[in-house]
Amino acid sequence: MGYPHPSHPKETVLLSKYFGDPGARTYAGWIERGGYEGLRKALAMPRAEVIEMVKQSGLRGRGGAGFPTGLKWSFMPKDEGKPHYLVCNADESEPGTFKDRELLRWTPHAVIEGCAIAAYSIQAQTIYIYIRGEFTEPWRIMTKAVEEAYAHGALGANAFGSGTRIDVVLHRGAGAYICGEETAMMNSIEGKRGNPRIKPPFPAQAGVFGMPTTINNVETLSAVPHILTRGAEWYKGLSLSSPKSTGTKLFSVCGHVQRPGNYEVTMGTPMRDLIFDMAGGMRPGRTLKALIPGGSSVPIMTAAEVEGCALDYEGIVAKGSMLGSGGVIVMDDSTDMVRTIWRYTRFYAHESCAQCTQCREGTAWTTKVLERILSGRGKQEDLQLLLDLADNMTGKTICVLSDSCAAPVVSGIQKFREEFDAYIAGARRPVLAAV
Amino acid sequence: MSHAAAQGDGTVTSHEKIFTGERRAQLEALFAKYPTRQACLLPALWMVQEARGWISEPAMAEVGEVLGVTPAFVRGVVTFYTMYHTHPVGRHFIQVCTTSPCGLCGAEETMQAILRESGCGELGATSPDGRFTAIEVECLGACGFATPILVDDDFIEGVTPERVPGILAAYK
Repeated sequence: MGYPHPSHPKETVLLSKYFGDPGARTYAGWIERGGYEGLRKALAMPRAEVIEMVKQSGLRGRGGAGFPTGLKWSFMPKDEGKPHYLVCNADESEPGTFKDRELLRWTPHAVIEGCAIAAYSIQAQTIYIYIRGEFTEPWRIMTKAVEEAYAHGALGANAFGSGTRIDVVLHRGAGAYICGEETAMMNSIEGKRGNPRIKPPFPAQAGVFGMPTTINNVETLSAVPHILTRGAEWYKGLSLSSPKSTGTKLFSVCGHVQRPGNYEVTMGTPMRDLIFDMAGGMRPGRTLKALIPGGSSVPIMTAAEVEGCALDYEGIVAKGSMLGSGGVIVMDDSTDMVRTIWRYTRFYAHESCAQCTQCREGTAWTTKVLERILSGRGKQEDLQLLLDLADNMTGKTICVLSDSCAAPVVSGIQKFREEFDAYIAGARRPVLAAV
Repeated sequence: MSHAAAQGDGTVTSHEKIFTGERRAQLEALFAKYPTRQACLLPALWMVQEARGWISEPAMAEVGEVLGVTPAFVRGVVTFYTMYHTHPVGRHFIQVCTTSPCGLCGAEETMQAILRESGCGELGATSPDGRFTAIEVECLGACGFATPILVDDDFIEGVTPERVPGILAAYK
């Protein structure tokens, strides 16, 4: 539902049904709402069948990359004797995204249940749930929920009497966006600096502590119990368009809309409905200028591109951007695109782990060049310089942080070039002091 | 038990051990949750910060000793993560999100109000009465509730300049 607003008729509430309902946070409350049925069912099934079911459902990763979840699970080796790990990525920090926070603080047992089903399937006895350090309230709620789940036998040496050991360890981050990248997260769990690792080896071969590991996002795992209880076909049927995008997706809508919040829709819902109906559209007298559909790491879309765009993996790609994490940042006609893009690049410059030169230097210089433009001292050749920097930052580093910094710069110059030109020509008043 | 150690500024301070008694037991209880001791580093650093308010060099050395890693390794980790303090901060630590989505919704005005009302004056500074330290933080993950701030462990949503005096009054 459009938490903190009442559910909108165009939503399909599945994961967000109990947002705002503190009763769903307790173990007893979760059982009353049908909780842990999915885990019980999974524990009675052969592991391969659970994986096959998730594959059939078409569920894809909700953290940003959209990789098919069942396929990811199937990459884990079978019975080779090494310990396996499941890591739940609760390091939500992609600007514009605030859905996992709600899942963690309103439906903690859905997260635990999804984790337990995944762990069972991939033969992992230990689950690390990596919660970003700033999420103090979700941390407290998850801590209590894990204690309760142990007390009721859903977790532990003999989960629900199945003979399977499933342990959950909550691991607190300490302030680093990059730890949301899966290999950086593994390093952080190991007690190291959160530098991403070169792939291969992929986590399924050598992940956390060098052992086979699967990493899934909070929202992905929260969807799993529903697939177990209601079936792959039912989940797959929750799509209005592409058969490659199934189920429901939480979209966090923020920025210049009247009702910012989390809206859950079936894949394929028109983007226009999300912005103008569910989120209430622009403030009075304002019009839509641009939006970023999948967290700040994906290309900017213009108002014209929003028209006819379907909210699913393929629909957004068709309009030149990506679904990403589903964090929709809306900008109306009052927005200074150059200043806004500068604020994104400053974020990436701050969050670069600095191990790759292209990223360490590229994010910093991109930010400085934009500061030069915003302080009224930009030159016409600065735009080409920014594009050259972006080219050197795309596809050339260990992880995609520098690609993410380049995306709004390239799409911003392509789509809103006149605003850059206005600063450079002196037609727009500088907004930053000269440095 | 305490030992003398040189601080970054050359002054010698005594370091009262952190991992003794109950806290030591608390840390050792974590050992079973990870296959290596080193993996307890982030949790151990959180325990240090909770106990002392910040993480000094002697504290880093003590953590290294307990977990079997070098002080330099610990320092590398401490300085990687923005939430660990490597110097003393005010009694209450304020983090204000000013990343783009909140920036679109007035976060910078909220930040200015916090700097003014808290007496911090500028980012990273501590107010003269030692009550507050305020910093800007990148994306707190609550973009629909602009502007979110963290005061110590309290996550406060929808902060506007008008609300700032009332919010800060609760922190003595």
